[in-house]
Amino acid sequence: MSFINLKEKVVQVKIVYYGPGRCGKTTNLEYINRKFRDQIQSEMVSLKTHGDRTLFFDFLPFDMGQIKGYDIKIQLYTVPGQVKYNATRKLVLKGVDGVVFVADAMEKQREKNIRSLNQLHENLQDYKESIFKLPLIIQYNKVDLKEHGVPILPISVLRKDLNSRLQVPDFEASAITGYNVAATLKKIISSTVVSIQKKLL
Amino acid sequence: MNYGIVSQEQLEQIDTILSDKLITLGVDCVIIIDMAGNIITAKDNGESKYDVYSFAALAAGNFATVDAMAKLVGEAEFSLLFHKGQDSNIHFSKIDDELLLISMFGKEISLGFLRLNVVEAIEQIKTVWDTSQG
Repeated sequence: MSFINLKEKVVQVKIVYYGPGRCGKTTNLEYINRKFRDQIQSEMVSLKTHGDRTLFFDFLPFDMGQIKGYDIKIQLYTVPGQVKYNATRKLVLKGVDGVVFVADAMEKQREKNIRSLNQLHENLQDYKESIFKLPLIIQYNKVDLKEHGVPILPISVLRKDLNSRLQVPDFEASAITGYNVAATLKKIISSTVVSIQKKLL
Repeated sequence: MNYGIVSQEQLEQIDTILSDKLITLGVDCVIIIDMAGNIITAKDNGESKYDVYSFAALAAGNFATVDAMAKLVGEAEFSLLFHKGQDSNIHFSKIDDELLLISMFGKEISLGFLRLNVVEAIEQIKTVWDTSQG
């Protein structure tokens, strides 16, 4: 749940990048950190293993400007993607306002995407949140790999696998080159802010 | 319970409690956060320059981790969470299931004295909180 400080007029919004291991959640945040450096006052915090895998989470806070006199502070988190870390994944989801589900478009990752999305659904249920109600954007990452001859799932298959029931906005993207990273971010911020406004009215 | 919004009046009362009980004692910085890593309020002695937002995210993660470890060994919770450094120390204390009070202080304050004051501050904060929830 977002926290609203009426004294300082600040709204803190928590957005979590979720998805299977090595799908590019941290790469999304790293790109945002480079691209929007001017709006980001602090350093990105990454808790990772020696092998550069996310151990707990990455954290990137930035200011989005004002809405109706309130400063909007966006706080981006990633979860660790590896299967064994579900306990920590769940901890990061606590109090979430919006989720970006990053899917790996590589053919061989098809099943992992589906499993990860199902687990997101279960993890949210434990917090009495519904994947069908929470602001959610799906990103099909790594589409640039097609140019390098890596087999990629067609967007129609990815949509059918992951977004046929949810029917949420989705984007093809390449976190490494930055293609649609900002578009994904803008969309999840606007969906989340709208949903918070609705809850308050 | 709607802990997501706190009135200006409540925040001012809480800030006063933090100043009176902890900042005047010599604590460098006090932060109240929720378990999701949001900052409810932060007070400092005017000298410390901490990145409180990153701090809150890490502190919430840290506390949640220790809490999960407690459950694994069959404890309801580890009530004392304290990190000691060369020059500065950090003390964590649970206000209720959703809120955490974090104090950062130097070597001139003893842990025992700090804990006494933290307990009193928490009692007072709970009163402010409860009147709003009731």
